[in-house]
Amino acid sequence: MTPYIANLSLSHFRSHRRTRLGFDGRPVALYGPNGAGKTNLIEAVSLLSPGRGLRRAAAEEIIRRPEAIGWKIAATIEGPGLGHEVEITAEPGQPRSLMLDGKSAPQLALARLIRIVWLVPAQDRLWIEGAEGRRRFLDRMTLSFLPDHGEAVLTYEKSMRERNRLLKDDVRDPGWYRALERQMAEAGSRIMENRAEALSRLSAAQDDTATAFPAADLSLIEVEGTPAPGPDALTDALAASRPRDLAAGRTLIGPHRSDLAATYRAKDMAAAQCSTGEQKALLISLILANARALKAETGAAPLVLLDEVAAHLDAGRRAALFDEICALGAQAWMTGTGPELFAELGDRAQHVAVEEQGGESLARIEEPSP
Amino acid sequence: MTDAPKDIEALIEVMARLPGLGPRSARRAVLHLIKKRGQLMRPLAEAMTRVADTARECLNCGNIGTADLCPICSDERRANGQICVVEDVADLWAMERGGAFQGRYHVLGGTLSALDDIGPDDLRIPKLIDRVRGEGATEVILALNATVDGQTTAHYIAGEIEGLGVSVTSLAQGVPIGGELDYLDDGTISAALKARKTL
Ligand SMILES: Nc1ncnc2c1ncn2[C@@H]1O[C@H](COP(=O)(O)OP(=O)(O)O)[C@@H](O)[C@H]1O
Ligand SMILES: [Mg+2]
Ligand SMILES: [Zn+2]
Repeated sequence: MTPYIANLSLSHFRSHRRTRLGFDGRPVALYGPNGAGKTNLIEAVSLLSPGRGLRRAAAEEIIRRPEAIGWKIAATIEGPGLGHEVEITAEPGQPRSLMLDGKSAPQLALARLIRIVWLVPAQDRLWIEGAEGRRRFLDRMTLSFLPDHGEAVLTYEKSMRERNRLLKDDVRDPGWYRALERQMAEAGSRIMENRAEALSRLSAAQDDTATAFPAADLSLIEVEGTPAPGPDALTDALAASRPRDLAAGRTLIGPHRSDLAATYRAKDMAAAQCSTGEQKALLISLILANARALKAETGAAPLVLLDEVAAHLDAGRRAALFDEICALGAQAWMTGTGPELFAELGDRAQHVAVEEQGGESLARIEEPSP
Repeated sequence: MTDAPKDIEALIEVMARLPGLGPRSARRAVLHLIKKRGQLMRPLAEAMTRVADTARECLNCGNIGTADLCPICSDERRANGQICVVEDVADLWAMERGGAFQGRYHVLGGTLSALDDIGPDDLRIPKLIDRVRGEGATEVILALNATVDGQTTAHYIAGEIEGLGVSVTSLAQGVPIGGELDYLDDGTISAALKARKTL
């Protein structure tokens, strides 16, 4: 059995004033009208992994209005030989803080505890918009395979921010640049290797299993001047890039500028040229491949958050998605506007009705509709 | 709140600025001091006056002492060729508590941070270079925190010292990320010191 969220309680978290739910590890189908508070609920789940969650929201934004008294997520995570209590709180004007089994812990500790991947409607345009979204999508999947990826990303970003400041302030101390570039290169090289490793695992998982979702061929594209991974090569490249970077006031080469390219394998068509529905199917395909690969490797599927996933799929694809999720044994959290979207799941899932009443979200577990 | 006379309120306000104290705990501490004026408050005030008059930074290493040279820098037996570079006096004291290090120290007074506007000249880095030359050092041990800023500073110093003919080492990993030397127990510090590696 895969680790899953057994209890989830939200206090003053966006539209949820006080929501408490218990789960048994089956997939969770959340339905209710627009604005009911479904996405808010799975956003809370997404915050149980390092980072700012599926909306990339600041702690301040999440504080329930109008009371504005700070919020809390409490969850218990269960699985084979596993039981953890996680508590995330944020007071107004303060950053989030994490308690793990009653002790304060750094956010990155979450990556080792439970793996979470997601797909949200904002990513529907992922293949046609800027590289940043694709990079983030890839890094999220990479983090799920390699929990240390988070630390590499943080170190790289922090040392790059420092270097960018030197560039902006036109500081000329070569030793200072070298010290920062060394760290960027070590972390950056690990980032590149981790991403490549994630791509090869995704590709293997797609080759191993034929599914109702289209396979994608993926590759990483680096900006010109970024060498193959290797701390020494990247250190040298950053040093060589210094004059150009000084003129630009920021770092122009490195894995913070990588892009992820995808082609729809069966049609040999670049993802950006595919139909809207096909683009979405590619994303779902990758998330499922990610989950299968993790399951094959660790024996446990990740938590999969699929916001509004039913909307773009015809009944056949929807049924196929449900079957795959159930076969994985993943606690997948899916949202949709009506219960009929999830009828096919029957008692293979827990069904949660969410509604808004008097300015707060109410959620309750329902028997599946016959 | 107008519960205490002005002088006492002023004392509470100053106390509340101490690390680890807030307005409430400062109030409690002051009340406690006042109740124990004879045994506690007066000796404390006298000790504070004395230290305020005499405390100063060692001109050589940045340690805090009461003379131009701290006891470590004036002790010839500590001139064994090793200089251990730390961020803060608290780190130096932690190393000394461990008792495993026989050489001298150099306190930087912080770490490089472009975002916080702290450059090499704001730290005691130029002085360190002078010392490496002047004291005939054979080894510089970088005992800096495993944070990005700490490691940037370590790389920077290693680069500046390169070519001066001394070996540069750093404390073994195992020091938790972001964990400060000051919080490590003595055993961990001496183990990290023994297992130091060449940079
Ligand atoms: N910080 C907040 N405080 C109170 N309500 C919020 C906050 N943030 C979002 N909301 C409310 O939550 C609702 C949207 O919830 P959401 O979970 O996105 O709905 P859906 O069920 O359609 O996914 C909106 O009515 C919005 O006003
Ligand atoms: Mg929604
Ligand atoms: Zn001294």
